[in-house]
Amino acid sequence: MLPEFGYGVLLVSFIVTVYSGFAAWYGVRNGSASLVESARRAQLLTFPLISISAAVLIYLLVNNHFEVSFVYEVTSQSMPTYLKVTAWWGGQAGSLLFWAWLLAMFTSAVTIRKWDRDLEFLPWVIVVSSITLAFFVGMVVFYENPFTRFWDVGGQVVPSLFAPSASATVFTPQDGQGLNPLLRHPGMVIHPPMLYLGFVSFVIPYAFAMAALITGRTDDRWIRITRRWTLWAWLFLSMGLVLGGRWAYDVLGWGGYWGWDPVEIAAFMPWLTGTAFLHSVMIQEKRGLLKHWNMILVILTYSLVVFGTFLTRSGVLSSVHAFANSPIGPMFMAFVSLTLISSVALLIKRWPELKSETEMKSMLSREALFLFNNLLFMGILVVCFWGVISPLASELFTGTKITVGPPYYERATGPLFAGLLFLMAIAPLSAWGHSTVQTLGRALWKSALLASILTVVLVFTYTKNVYALIGFFLIAFVLSATVHEFWRGANARMKAQNENFFTSLGRLMGRNRRRYGGYIIHISMALMAIGILGIEIFQKETQGTIAAGESLELGEYRVEYRELASWDDFGAGVNYTRSVVDIYENGVFIGQLFPRIDYYYDSQQNMTIPGQHATLRDDLYILLVDWQPVSSQGATFKIYVNPLVNWLWIGSLTFLLGLIFAAWPDKDPADEPIRRKVGVVNRQTSAAD
Amino acid sequence: MQKNKFIIGGVLILAAVVYLIASSTQASAEYFMTVDELKAEGPAALNKSLRLSGAVLGDTIQYDASTLTLTFEIAHVPGDNAEIEAQGGLAVVLHEAVSDPSRARIKVVYEGVMPDLLRNEAQAIMTGKLGEDGVFHAEELLLKCPTKYEEAVPDQSASN
Repeated sequence: MLPEFGYGVLLVSFIVTVYSGFAAWYGVRNGSASLVESARRAQLLTFPLISISAAVLIYLLVNNHFEVSFVYEVTSQSMPTYLKVTAWWGGQAGSLLFWAWLLAMFTSAVTIRKWDRDLEFLPWVIVVSSITLAFFVGMVVFYENPFTRFWDVGGQVVPSLFAPSASATVFTPQDGQGLNPLLRHPGMVIHPPMLYLGFVSFVIPYAFAMAALITGRTDDRWIRITRRWTLWAWLFLSMGLVLGGRWAYDVLGWGGYWGWDPVEIAAFMPWLTGTAFLHSVMIQEKRGLLKHWNMILVILTYSLVVFGTFLTRSGVLSSVHAFANSPIGPMFMAFVSLTLISSVALLIKRWPELKSETEMKSMLSREALFLFNNLLFMGILVVCFWGVISPLASELFTGTKITVGPPYYERATGPLFAGLLFLMAIAPLSAWGHSTVQTLGRALWKSALLASILTVVLVFTYTKNVYALIGFFLIAFVLSATVHEFWRGANARMKAQNENFFTSLGRLMGRNRRRYGGYIIHISMALMAIGILGIEIFQKETQGTIAAGESLELGEYRVEYRELASWDDFGAGVNYTRSVVDIYENGVFIGQLFPRIDYYYDSQQNMTIPGQHATLRDDLYILLVDWQPVSSQGATFKIYVNPLVNWLWIGSLTFLLGLIFAAWPDKDPADEPIRRKVGVVNRQTSAAD
Repeated sequence: MQKNKFIIGGVLILAAVVYLIASSTQASAEYFMTVDELKAEGPAALNKSLRLSGAVLGDTIQYDASTLTLTFEIAHVPGDNAEIEAQGGLAVVLHEAVSDPSRARIKVVYEGVMPDLLRNEAQAIMTGKLGEDGVFHAEELLLKCPTKYEEAVPDQSASN
């Protein structure tokens, strides 16, 4: 009964979504305000409808309704309730439903809040997001139905929504297969929703951009309205990526956080275009330049978001993240192609109206450096895209299948990331319109000198590796130039306003949130770069089988194996094997670690939990790989020393702070005075603003 | 004049990106191969980075824990996913590969910890190089086991 109800509601929400998009389109074309209003109401209905359907699915998950194939695939009796709830996005059908649910929520948020003010765009926003929503809900309704049940047809088990024949009875397996144990980690509980939040919120700026192209209102209004959406989308996407990295580091047990896996790259690509977009919209707001470019970036980001969802779902690329093969792959391809082609067609139609209002003059001006920043991001995107499609492309053109691994990405993106760091150091100090080598030099020589001195110190104390030294120089340059910028701003204000330094700094930052939030993010990027350099260049590892009382040495650490215990937790369906090791640093005892292996009976899979000793200097990371039942016979450990890696996590937290600082609601950017008066536009402002 | 400067700058960045992609692809390309293809290639395959896959023969697995040296043999399986599906899925293909003595086989050496999933009829996916001795020296070893994960329909006997 319940599965039919959940499916019925889903079908209704599909129809309502299609109606809403169609009514908005027809209404605005024919000037029918009542039809547009009806479209809006239909749109607002989609969120509660999909919520009901999702609630049904969660109910089925939590209450062990294993006759439903989705529930059977992702849960088992022994799983705790919170994991049964989060199993919602643990499988293909559920995660598509989750995507649709978020999109319905966000679109509703947009149409509820500022309907009167943004009336010129919103009908078209409804059209664009309804098309997207209809696609995702349609996928769930017609291809990946989470409410499909098992039926017993004369001894054969058949998955189907309704009884395949009159005599068929519902078949209920005793237990489900259980969520992949690798996904039963608190990080995994929030990593996919974060990523999806980021993915889905990028649909909103895209919808506004398309609305701007359709209505011909091609000034920067759409950018102002969606500025905060873009920031939050970027925040979620970034956090999703960082959490994924942290999860991999804690759970996957290969001593790393990022493996250039195709699915990681699929999530990274929209981040690249999104980051470029965040930067270049500022140029349009301040100088009226790069209008075409911004449109291209937002279209690309949208396509990459859908493409990314497709890559993670299709099984086209082999990956730890891949789900089983499914018929939805071609559907996604078709949808991405169609939306990309129609968006580009719209852009070409409006191309002449998006002309720049001024010209770029100086190569070192702020806007020119922003442009180079964009080109570097695009360069990294092309490197990633080529890497992902190389097996497909090479097979198509040469007949042999060639793949590229992490060394390709590291080699090809390294110099581009270095270029970005360099721009990060100099761009904030260059002037709008015109800058010369002299003016930039005057602003930057102290920071450059400081970074050089630090680099020389590092040569004598830490490393002689040239790549590492170039990296550390750039990081130090970014940090000192950015901190100098804070100091200079606060100092100037302190003198002008006669305040103390900290009041000045606080007020300066408070009045220019986006700018100073951005600088905090630059600092966090430099901190993260320290961690990345550390683990990429200086990681050390060793492995060996040792008996109790014996030890392994790596760098300054000595790891001594004490004992091992193995026991079952039948309630949770897990066997734990936990080892105890003493760790010594330069001969001094500093503590015990407990690397362990959890074996999940229901999915017959191991999960390796490392023992970690984290300091700012490095991270000692010990994996238990194998053991003998009697500890005197030995256990096998793999040990890593990951220098500086914790700066990566510190940088991530700083990043979060900076972004929240920049994006925190104060006054709506759409209501700020516009740079130049734009004629003919009738700005309606509701009393609520 | 101003415009030219930007075009030159843009072209330089573009050229740098193209160079980076081309040189890095060359330096780190791995060729997908099946055991049959590797045998057919002969000495031409020496010194190339390869990505080889095959079905593990359980009887041939030998592991020396003191030196962490692992050796085993693999039998040919098709490289193409569609072909595997056409022959009845991964589990069937692996089973047939292991039971068919006429299949091309190759010996593999890997130094490192023995993976849990290494067992008879597992699919080994390795990167590495073919040695002069005709043995495949794996640097990286991934294993796939066709588990019940891939079966969408539960086995009815399990419920009784």
